[in-house]
This record gives sequence, structure tokens and C-alpha cells, in this order.
Amino acid sequence: MLSSVILVPAVLNGLMTGAVYALVALGLTLIYGVLHIINFAHGALLTAAMFAVFFTYKLLGVDPYVAAVGLTPLFFVIGYALQRYVIGPAAHGDDRNILLVTLGLAVVIENALLYAFRADTRTINLPYAFDVIEFHNAFLAKPRVIACAAVIGVALVLGILMRFTSTGKAIRAVAKEKLGAELAGIDVAHIYAVTFGIGTACLAIAACLLMPTYYVNPHAGNAFVLVAFTVVVLGGMGSVTGALLGGLFVGVVESLCGLYLGESLGQIGIFVMFILVLLLRPNGLFGERA
Amino acid sequence: MKGISTILVVTTLLALVPIVTTSNVVLNFLVTTLLIALVGQGWNLLGGYGGQYSFGHAAFFGTGAYATAILQLRFGVNAWVAFGFAIAAGALVGAIIGALSFRSGLKGSYFALVTLAFAEVLRIIASVAPVTGAGVGLLVKLDLRPEAFQFQSRLPFYIIAVALVAIAMIVVRLIEDSRFGAYLVAVRENEDAAKALGVNVVRTKLIAMTVSAAITASGGAFYAQYFLFVDSGIAYGPWISIEALLAPIIGGVGTVFGPLLGALVVKTLGELAKHVTGDAPGLDLVIYGSVLVLVVAFAPRGIAGLVASVRNLFQKARETAAGERSRG
Repeated sequence: MLSSVILVPAVLNGLMTGAVYALVALGLTLIYGVLHIINFAHGALLTAAMFAVFFTYKLLGVDPYVAAVGLTPLFFVIGYALQRYVIGPAAHGDDRNILLVTLGLAVVIENALLYAFRADTRTINLPYAFDVIEFHNAFLAKPRVIACAAVIGVALVLGILMRFTSTGKAIRAVAKEKLGAELAGIDVAHIYAVTFGIGTACLAIAACLLMPTYYVNPHAGNAFVLVAFTVVVLGGMGSVTGALLGGLFVGVVESLCGLYLGESLGQIGIFVMFILVLLLRPNGLFGERA
Repeated sequence: MKGISTILVVTTLLALVPIVTTSNVVLNFLVTTLLIALVGQGWNLLGGYGGQYSFGHAAFFGTGAYATAILQLRFGVNAWVAFGFAIAAGALVGAIIGALSFRSGLKGSYFALVTLAFAEVLRIIASVAPVTGAGVGLLVKLDLRPEAFQFQSRLPFYIIAVALVAIAMIVVRLIEDSRFGAYLVAVRENEDAAKALGVNVVRTKLIAMTVSAAITASGGAFYAQYFLFVDSGIAYGPWISIEALLAPIIGGVGTVFGPLLGALVVKTLGELAKHVTGDAPGLDLVIYGSVLVLVVAFAPRGIAGLVASVRNLFQKARETAAGERSRG
């Protein structure tokens, strides 16, 4: 066994990576919970958000954390428009079509980015990127601590919005009973688009939290989205608490797998867990219904 | 049978193309197009007829490609024999993934996700395992003899590709007309109703997936033999999973000619894009993705469906014209 000197930092670092996974998964699970679709464009949209963060820093000199203020609403609008004007009308309400349309969007966005910016990997250099905080013998990167705190903040705000605002209530109503909500006068197409917008806005925040320590290239988002799928399936499709806990759990598993098996096989742990959960407990650990 | 004679006529015409031109550029283009048609036909059997949308057909393509390369390089097996084993290996992988996921009752988005995950797991394993050449990949030894399934010119490869596509089409056509084909379509249309009528749903899907995987694996094995190189990104990469579903959906999902039509359209568009903009990375896929969204939005039955509706339109116009004449 490894001593706690190595284990504790590994677990803590895993938790912090997991927080970002949780945020990406939050968007995915929210969209699934309401629209009952798996958004295959989630990864490509995350990559797009990461590029947006990169260029607001490079061209306008805006700090990634400050950029979140502008990019979050922007990506809400992008998500809203995508669902309202592309995915919704194109899919004709058929599940298989939605799969294909979001996959098509993913291919378009990812390769448009590849075409525009080539396969180069880009990073931004911030003065505080390598600051560390000492915590019980463990050195934690400051940007990751900030990310972890921000994710908890976002989850709380989202929870309050869903519980107390009328839009939040409408979203929950549509998720529970679409036809009933429609009969009660809720504009379902609008609520679908709002939900998709919120899910996409989560990605903009995730991108702002990631960029200080991560890199971006046209495929950068994919690594996160496959993990996010795992998190969502693990936590139970549509469950917000499940996404948060699942994200943290997967972060720790990845960190420990990396520690024991080496970096290149660290990812295998995630996929194997993903397949096992899908096969054995497709409703996830926190999922409610069949 | 009517369907089969059409298939034979079309594929014979395709096989006669080299009489018009033997340009390597044209033949190379047609071979890659036929490859996508073949891989797409495999997807079409499971996705088009069975309604099970796989996002990970790369798992079978890659297994076919690696199996043929590994058998030749590591075990000295003859290329033609290896080709047969590669198809069997693909079918086996299909049966295993199918058994695991269908027995657990995965369908719709969950099935798409689990197939995607299996393909990714295989890709990661292939990129580190020594037997697959890890990150470097495998080079099949150059041995330009027909006995070694290698040829001086592209012409024999082209004929073989046409033959493989023709066989796949005939297999799918025969399944379409069989009792099993009817079960499969019943499962696609309404799984619960099919079950209530006594169709063994899991078994039906499992057989479809095995045959589908075998067809797609033959495409992978052909790829390895044609390009004499395989690595994890080519064999198990997401590109082949996407092209496998793109061709049938654009051409006409659940139709025998859909994959071939779709592959022709997709590859032609890709080539045109390259000619217009130079060799820009990503642009062809941007076009493929847009076409996919447009087809789903405006022509859910693909090109084959469009052709059918145009024909119907003409027929109606003729009938109304005839009706007016008889009245006038």
C-alpha cells in the first residue's frame, strides 16, 4: 500500500479534477433530464467555449475568470438558438434523429474549429497558474481550488434557480410531465431551448475554469465529454446530485488509476467503469426510474 | 429474384468502369467509396433494418483490420486465409458486445453510448498493446503477388471491392426477404409489440449485430490489405464509426442501395471540397456533418426516399393528367 503522504494529495487532486467533470456532466444531465436526449455535441461545444476563452485572453487580454461574466450568457444564447432553431426542428421529435443531429453538430463544430485553427495545441500563460496552496502536507494548485469552489457555487445557484424561479419550476414541470406542462400553458419548445442553453452555459463556465491550467486544441473537449458521459450514467441520467457526486468519484478514480497503472492507462479505468455501469446498472447509482 | 438482379446489374456496371478509365486517381477514389459503402452496409443492417444505432462500428472495422495484419505479421498466415479469420474475428467481437448490451436491455441512446465506449476502449488498448504495434502501428509486408492478396495495379483491388459490396448487398437483400428480416424490422418498429407476438428480440438483435459486424470487419480487413498499414487511430478511430452511419443515412436508411448511394454522395462532396479549398483539414467533415443534419431535417429517408417521392410525384402528375384527359 502507498502511504497517506501520496494517497491524500492524489485523492484531493482527483476531487478537484472531478469538480470540473461534475460541471460538464451537470449540463449534460440537465439536458437529458428535461429533453431526454443525449447531447453528443456537448464535447464540441466545450471545445468551442475553450477556444472562446483562449481568444478573449489573447486578443482582448481578459482574464479567464473575468471572461466567464461575458461568455456564460453568450453560450446560453448559442445553446438556446441551437436547440430552438436547429436540433428541435431538424429532429421532428424522433429520438434516433436527435442522436444523429447532435452527432452531426459535433462533427461540424469540431472540424470547423480544426479548419479555422488547425490542430495546434494552445495554452495561455497566467502569472498565477502555478501558485499552490498548502493543505495538510498536500500542495494544491490554486486555479484548481478556485475551480472546485466555483463549481460548488454554480451548483448552488442552479439549485436555487430551479427551485424558486418560475422558469425553474417550468423546467421541472416539463421534465416530469411534458404533456401536462404543455396543457398548463408552458411553452415546451421554449423551456427545452432554455434548458439546452443552461447546459451550454455550464460548459462556458467549465471552459473558463479549465483554461488557466489546461490546453485547447480542436479535440480537447472530447476527453471531458466521454468522462462526463460516464459521470452522468454513473450518477443516473437526469440526476443533478448524481452528476455532482459522480463527477467527484470519477475524478478520484482517474487519479488513483493514474497513480497505480500509469497515466496512459488511467483513462481505461474510466471506460471500464462506464461500460460496467451501463451493463449492470443502466439507471446509475442515484437514478430513480427504469 | 427481382432485387438481386438489380444489384447484379448495378455492380456489374460498376465493375465495368475500368473500361472507360484506369486512372489511378479515379480507381483510388472509387475503392475508398466502395469501402465506405461496405462498412456502411454493415451498419445499415443493424441500424437501418434493426433500428439499433451504433456509434462504435469502428470496433468491428478495427478488429478486421488488426486481425488480418496481426495474423500475417506475427503468425505468417496467408493473406486470403487471414481475411477470412478477420471477418470471423469481427463477427465474434460483434456477438460479444451485442450479447453484453442487448442482454442488459440497452437501447436507443444507451446502446449508442455503450458501442462508442467499446470502440474507445479498443482504441486505447490498441494504442498501448505490443501485439498491435502500440503507437507505431503495423506495416503489412510488401509482397506483390496475387497469392498474398497484393497486386501490381489497383484494378484487381477495385474488382474485389465491387465484389465485396455486391456480396454484402445480396446478403442484406436476402435477409430483407427472409422471416428473420421481418422479425428485425418488427423489432425496429415496435420492440414491445414484436415481443408480444413471440419474436425473440434479444436473439434477433444479436444475430443482426453479428452479421453487421462481419460485414464491417470485411471492410477493415480490406483496408489493411489495400493500404498495408494500420494504427489505432485509423482502425478504431471515431472517423470510421461516423462514416459507417453517414453513408446509409444519407443514401437511405434501411434500404439495400442506401449505403452505396450515400457513400458516393459523401465521397464526391468530400473530393469537391478538397478541389475548391485545397487540402484543408477538417473541411470535408464539416460538409459531411452539415449534410447529415440537413438530410435528417429535410429528407429523413435519405436520397433513396427522395427518389421515391419524386417518382410518386411524377406518377401522380401523370394520373391527374390522364384523368383530366379522360374527363375532357
